[in-house]
Amino acid sequence: MPIRTLLIANRGEIAVRIGRAARELGIRTVQAHSEADADSLAVQLADEAVEIGPAPASKSYLNVEAIVAAAKRTGADAVHPGYGFLAENPAFAQAVEDAGLTFVGPSARTIGLMGDKVAARTAAAEAGVPTVPGSEGRLESPEAARAVLAETGFPVLIKAAAGGGGRGIRIAHDEHEFDRLVHQAATEAQAAFGDGGLYVEKAIQHARHVEVQILGDGENVIHCFERECSLQRRRQKVWEEAPAVELRPEVRGQLCEAAVRLARAVHYKGAGTLEFLYDEAAEAFYFIEMNTRIQVEHPVTECVTGVDLIAEMLQIAGGAPLTHRQEDIPLEGHAIEVRINAEDPAKNFMPFPGVVQDLRVPGGPGVRFDTLLYNGYAIPPFYDSLLGKLIVWAEDRPKALARLKRALAELRVEGVKTTAPLHLALADDPQVQAAKFHTRWLEGWLEDNAHRLAETPGPAAQD
Amino acid sequence: MASQIVSPLPGTFYRRPAPDQPPFKEVGDTVAKGEVIGLVEVMKSFHEVTSDAEGKIAEFLVENEGPVQAGQPLVSVE
Repeated sequence: MPIRTLLIANRGEIAVRIGRAARELGIRTVQAHSEADADSLAVQLADEAVEIGPAPASKSYLNVEAIVAAAKRTGADAVHPGYGFLAENPAFAQAVEDAGLTFVGPSARTIGLMGDKVAARTAAAEAGVPTVPGSEGRLESPEAARAVLAETGFPVLIKAAAGGGGRGIRIAHDEHEFDRLVHQAATEAQAAFGDGGLYVEKAIQHARHVEVQILGDGENVIHCFERECSLQRRRQKVWEEAPAVELRPEVRGQLCEAAVRLARAVHYKGAGTLEFLYDEAAEAFYFIEMNTRIQVEHPVTECVTGVDLIAEMLQIAGGAPLTHRQEDIPLEGHAIEVRINAEDPAKNFMPFPGVVQDLRVPGGPGVRFDTLLYNGYAIPPFYDSLLGKLIVWAEDRPKALARLKRALAELRVEGVKTTAPLHLALADDPQVQAAKFHTRWLEGWLEDNAHRLAETPGPAAQD
Repeated sequence: MASQIVSPLPGTFYRRPAPDQPPFKEVGDTVAKGEVIGLVEVMKSFHEVTSDAEGKIAEFLVENEGPVQAGQPLVSVE
């Protein structure tokens, strides 16, 4: 049954984005918000707003009971979780369904399956989708390690099973180094995480991050091509593009087909993204994980395909089949998104909340700015620093870069520091212009260019 | 003479380094200049609050996990 009233259980720019898609479909919107977000743009644009708790996310946007109660109280028949917060929490999806409401996303079971790294890897292998060669789960013994090393070769990553977010990772270049590091790693993991379990994985040098957008209605699955998201700082994406220009058409076809196979194998329902490491030299891709939600960088896909991904999610959740066939999804031109964060690039990206004194939003052909900002808005310090996403589209990548620079020069966010100067400097960099980068490239670039960022007279850099 | 330690940033004030660890300081503890008395979380990143005063902690003016503004007094020191 089509959704009539949607509770938006998120905040910021994605709440604004979801509300827009819903209203275009004639769906009434209820914006759930914390005390600190009572004057947010998402609340102002919604048909109705409902408070779900105090400022800390743990008491509001992560409060399952409060959100479900708010949905029932306001007569919502569906809940959109956005990204982050509870978007990939199977217990939340289940609680929404148990309350007789529709969760805009896959089933709790699918979220749980794909959220478990080992289960997701197994599902990928069963669907014939390549994964990074390595140990199947934990290393049981040194002998088991030998067998795995024969498969992975060197260099190899030694990871703490209980680690995450890049912590507890070591790289070994030969067997001697492996023997030494594996003991160190086990001791350290035991001390840091109370669990000395390790697993090993082939180290892919200069890997790129490439991901495929898929849409499924539980029966059919289509892809909306890929995004290139290698420009990252501390494993957070800062700049995303579509398509990935490094892919030859044949490789693109294989990658997207692999993503569809895996999504179809789990009867995927909704919008999802399959993330891959891409070894450019070998033209090989390896599945790493699936995100069972909409992603921050979804607009670049919308720009090159013309598909409204949020509208698709809402229609699928309302019981409709996919509105597009695979052959109807075009791939046209090139799109780039840059994240405008309230951080000072001149001061090691120190968060910089404040009051927006003067906001000038870029416009003109091929420019989109998804934001939570308005003039006079006091940016709360309690949530992440994403203020908006500047997205540009043009017929090809060089034109998109020129348009990005033009649009960044038009953007003014007085009263706070933003990451706009970083993006201006990146757009001018020859390596970026040649699309020659990998997931660790930006960290090195930032070390080499720190002084340049301090001097860059960005649009928001004057006090 | 009483003095105050103020928050350098707006955000959420934490008295403990981690939820399962004891507070950095309790009322009655002595504090030296440069010592960490708490954390302020701003936009999901954590910043240490160091004391610019020395003496004995008389009172915490903001509760653990309470919202704070930049420049808001967190602790009074005598």
